[in-house]
Amino acid sequence: MRMSYREAVRAALHEALVADPRVFLMGEDVGRYGGSYAMSKGFYDEFGPDRIRDAPLSELGFVGAGVGAAMGGMRPIVEVMTVNFSLLALDQIVNMAALYRHMSGGQFSVPVVFRMATGAGRQLAAQHSHSFENWYAHVPGLRVVAPGTVADARGMLPAALTYSDPVVIFEHVGLFNAEDDVEEWRCDLERAAIRRPGTDVSIITYGGSLPKALSAAASLADEGIDAEVVDLRVLRPLDRAAIADTVRRTHRVVVVDEGWRTGSLAGEVVAGIAEDCLYDLDAPPRRVCSEEVPVPYAKHLEDAALPQSDKIVAAVKEVTHA
Amino acid sequence: MTETTRDQVGARRLLADMLRVRLMEEKCAELYGATKIRGFLHLYIGEEACASGVLDVLGPDDNVVATYREHGHALLRGIPMRAIMAEMFGKESGCAHGRGGSMHLFDVSRRFYGGTAIVGSGLPLAVGLALADVMRGREGVTACFFGDGASAEGAFHESLNLAALWRLPVLFVCENNLYAMGTALHRAQSQTDLCAKAAAYEVRTSSADGMDALAVRAAALEAAEGVRAHRAPHFLELRTYRFRAHSMFDPDLYRDKSEVEAWKLRDPIPALATQLREVGMLDEAGYAALEAAAEAEVADAVAFAESAGLEPVASLLDDLTTPVERSATGGADAGGAR
Repeated sequence: MRMSYREAVRAALHEALVADPRVFLMGEDVGRYGGSYAMSKGFYDEFGPDRIRDAPLSELGFVGAGVGAAMGGMRPIVEVMTVNFSLLALDQIVNMAALYRHMSGGQFSVPVVFRMATGAGRQLAAQHSHSFENWYAHVPGLRVVAPGTVADARGMLPAALTYSDPVVIFEHVGLFNAEDDVEEWRCDLERAAIRRPGTDVSIITYGGSLPKALSAAASLADEGIDAEVVDLRVLRPLDRAAIADTVRRTHRVVVVDEGWRTGSLAGEVVAGIAEDCLYDLDAPPRRVCSEEVPVPYAKHLEDAALPQSDKIVAAVKEVTHA
Repeated sequence: MTETTRDQVGARRLLADMLRVRLMEEKCAELYGATKIRGFLHLYIGEEACASGVLDVLGPDDNVVATYREHGHALLRGIPMRAIMAEMFGKESGCAHGRGGSMHLFDVSRRFYGGTAIVGSGLPLAVGLALADVMRGREGVTACFFGDGASAEGAFHESLNLAALWRLPVLFVCENNLYAMGTALHRAQSQTDLCAKAAAYEVRTSSADGMDALAVRAAALEAAEGVRAHRAPHFLELRTYRFRAHSMFDPDLYRDKSEVEAWKLRDPIPALATQLREVGMLDEAGYAALEAAAEAEVADAVAFAESAGLEPVASLLDDLTTPVERSATGGADAGGAR
């Protein structure tokens, strides 16, 4: 079935609301407005204001209310409009949701799903263009996922709702209008996926950088370089086995991550490769990350700040010509 | 049972409760000096009337959220003193298996949700617990304890607004001990009338003398009944005072000794004992018996904690996630609280 990423998320939300009365959607403008990205359009009329709960601009408050509601027996899906605003709610996500189970000696589960838009590329300037997936992926107690395909946009939410612990879903703003034919979408939140098999080099990425990596791989194929594209999908816990497996087959690796390079997820992936399969590498690994500046507004500057296909192609050529 | 005798029993219970908390904490201070208890230790000494009066009016279906100064709340919510003391010792039989310590006491079976130590963090949690109760058609009230310092946090303002806006049954209990760690209320907040802050969110408010357990209980009863009747939040300010330093690391240089001594004259334990004696509800022997019972309980708890085992290091990574039976189509069914 042909659907967009946006329609896939909407279908997943709708299914969850129909399937389980404990599920409710809470966030800024999820109700009357229909969702700031129209993901919940029509839900307010269908499910009512209790289950499609418009929240005031109180990220700390309503995210914490989601944590409490989860501990009280509900299955809240909390939509934080963007990762940028989630910084206002970090205390409840990191200090409460993530810690409560272990800190209480296993007494409390926090079955909450946090969804947030992430990423740059729409000329929204420095404060609305962050990629802080790595911050969340740093925290034990959270499961962090990033759908990079339409099928995963459809499948990751129902999969997240099968966990009894907090799951953070990062939906990249650059993907919302992407379309695909989706037949099978049921998925796990454990494993990475090979999106394009190849033999010469591994391009490891996730989320909004996945289409860029695939487009880089297509142009590299024209030049006779057969790149494998690996979609991490799950950013915590990382699928280290899949990472080591692709490196052992291609012996060369480029990691693409829209976060800033310093302290990035790409750095974590490379560190894992160094620990697990360093001697399988025929060339030093390369990272393609965002330039270490706030993301600028002007289109040409924003493009220059972010990972792009041509940068990925150049990095691949470095490692394959080494 | 006549009204008088019910009151007698109730008042004696409050006195006994306060004595249990006081003697337990005095022992904790001693054990801290002996390095049996480490980390942060925030004593509630002086403020016992607050927890004893409020918790006395709650039932088993109500939720309780407390702060890092929560030994008394945990004990009076029904967590056995043995489990609390063992937790302070970092032992396996502690109420959080030694993972939490003094600041993170929990008991899911008693709907005691902590023991949370980021100031203000319990308020959004309480809002969510109450929201879940409303959505599930449960009757409970969620009592959320916090201090005057929390009312400067954004979480306070966001939570009071949410609770009032969504008509949630939260009893916000502000234990106003006049100091946020070492900073006096008037040095930190432009509006020192904390009820006025809460009232700005259309939340019902009341204040009580937090050094008088009977007054606290009466105010808490009225407030809780209001929450139950109106299915709306209430803000209860309890004016109290901490006799000891903020924590064991605090040299307590920010307040005059004379101020502390003046408040000690209003110690809630002798105050209630005197009240009971004056109306003939308690004699010296009766008081001594309450004290002896509390002392025995403390001694037993310490012996239990001393002899308890440590959680094996092999279990360090346990309980990070919830074990779930998961089918291919989803639909796992583990509730929030196990």
